[in-house]
Amino acid sequence: METEKGISMNRITRRKFLVGTAAGMLMTSCGPKRLYELARPDLREALDRMEKEYAVKYGKAVKVGSEGPIKGVKFAYALDLSRCIGCRTCVHACVHENNQSRDPEIQWIRVAGIDKERGVDLTHADYYYHPDKVPEPGKFYVPIQCQQCDNPPCTKVCPVKATWKEPDGIVVVDYEWCIGCRYCMAACPYGARHFNWGEPGLDPADVNPDTHYLGNRPRPKGVVEKCTFCIQRTRKGRYPACVEACPVGARKFGNILDPDSEVRYVIENKRVLVLKEELNTIPSFFYFYGV
Amino acid sequence: MTGRHLLPIAAILSLGQALTAGTLKAEQPLEDTAAKKPATAKPVPAVAGDEIEVPPPPFSEGIYPCSDCHEDMEVNRKRRKLTEEHENIVLKHDEKNRWCLDCHDAEDRDYLHLASGKKISFDESYLLCGQCHGTKLRDWKAGVHGRRTGYWNGKKKYLLCANCHNPHSPRFKPIPPKPAPRRPVPGLQWKRKREYR
Repeated sequence: METEKGISMNRITRRKFLVGTAAGMLMTSCGPKRLYELARPDLREALDRMEKEYAVKYGKAVKVGSEGPIKGVKFAYALDLSRCIGCRTCVHACVHENNQSRDPEIQWIRVAGIDKERGVDLTHADYYYHPDKVPEPGKFYVPIQCQQCDNPPCTKVCPVKATWKEPDGIVVVDYEWCIGCRYCMAACPYGARHFNWGEPGLDPADVNPDTHYLGNRPRPKGVVEKCTFCIQRTRKGRYPACVEACPVGARKFGNILDPDSEVRYVIENKRVLVLKEELNTIPSFFYFYGV
Repeated sequence: MTGRHLLPIAAILSLGQALTAGTLKAEQPLEDTAAKKPATAKPVPAVAGDEIEVPPPPFSEGIYPCSDCHEDMEVNRKRRKLTEEHENIVLKHDEKNRWCLDCHDAEDRDYLHLASGKKISFDESYLLCGQCHGTKLRDWKAGVHGRRTGYWNGKKKYLLCANCHNPHSPRFKPIPPKPAPRRPVPGLQWKRKREYR
C-alpha cells in the first residue's frame, strides 16, 4: 500500500496536468514575441520605439517601414553574365542602401572573378581581385548574393525560427529574435549570410533613413543579416539599389508571375542557369547570357 | 468557395482600373513634355508604352542644332579626314565601310537617316542602331538590354543607345573597379570569437 501511495504522489494527476498546461500557456503568451507574430498596431508600436532609439543613436530621423508582401507578386532576379564587368558598383551601392557595417566590413554581394577557361566554377573563384581596370582579358565575373531559394536550407536549420520565407519570395531575418547561432550561415551553400561579429560601424552620415523592419534597419551586434532584394524599395514598387546602380545594365528584376515582366522575358528567351542546381535549393536568382 | 466568388469582382475592379489608367496615361506624357522639356527631349513614344521615360540624346555642349553652322555650308560628300571641325571624333564603329553621312543626313543636318533614306530625329536614334543590331533592339524594347530605373511595376526610366554607347566608338572602355573586400586574416576569427564573448 505504501509503495502505491508513493507512486501516486509523483503521478501526474488530471488537476496537475491542467494547471501546468494553463500556466505554461500563460507564460508563453505573456513572453516576448517575434515581430511577425505581432498584430499590426502592436508592430507599429514596436517600430515607433525602434525609430526613437535610432533617432537618439544616429541623431536623425530614421523611418522603419512595415510594408507587407503584394498579392500576386513573387520576386525574381536575373543577372547577365555576358555583360557583368566585375566593377563592384553594385556591392557598394548595396552597402549604402542597406546600412551595412563599414567596419567590421560586411558586404551582401560578393563578386567572383573566374577564368573563362574554367566556366562557372566557384571553387576557383577569386573574390579579392583588384586590377587597375576591369574587365580583365580572359576573366568573367559572377556576383553572388542571397539567391532567395524556394527551398531554403537556411530557414530550416534555424532553431528559433528567426528567419523565414515571405509570401513574395524574400527570405528575411527577424533581428530581434535571432540568437546568433550562425547555423543558417553553415547551411547556406552560397555564403550569402553574414554575421555581425562586432558592434556595426555605421557613421550617422551614412545611414539610409528609409528602412524596413525586416530589411535594412541598422542591425545590432550578434545577429545574422543578408540580401532582402531591397525589401524597403521593392515592396513599394521600386527596383533594388543594385539594379539601378549597375553601369552596364546587367541586372534585371521583376515579378515572375507577370508574363510581361523583364525576368520572364529572360527566362523564356535566354540561356539561363542557377548556381548549384544539384542542391535542389530552387533559387529565385537566375544567371543568363544576354548575347 | 470564397476565392471563387471574389475572382469575378477582382476582375471587374482591375478592368475599371485599367480603363482609368489608360485614359490617364494618354494625357499625362503630353503635359509633361510640353511643360518641362525642349522639343529634342521628348520621351520615346511608341517603343514600350507610355509608362517609360527616356532622357534626351547626350549631345556635346553647344553642338546641337547642327544646322546653326551647317546651314550655309556647302555639302561635301567626299570621304576625307576632318581637319577644321569635329577632328576629335574618332570613328571606331565599322569605320572601314562607313563614314559620317551614312548615318547623319546631308540635306538636313539636324536629322539622321536610315539605310532606306528615311529621315529620323536624334530622339529615335535607336531605329538607326537597330538596323544592324536588331536582336539588341528587341531586347532593349523588352527591357533586357540596358539599364532601367524607377518602378518594376510602374513608371520606368530608360536610356537611349547613345546614352551608354558612344555612337562613334560604341565598345565599353574598361573602368577601374571599386575596392575589393578585405581579406579575412588567418586566425582573426578566433580573436573575434574571444572578443564576442
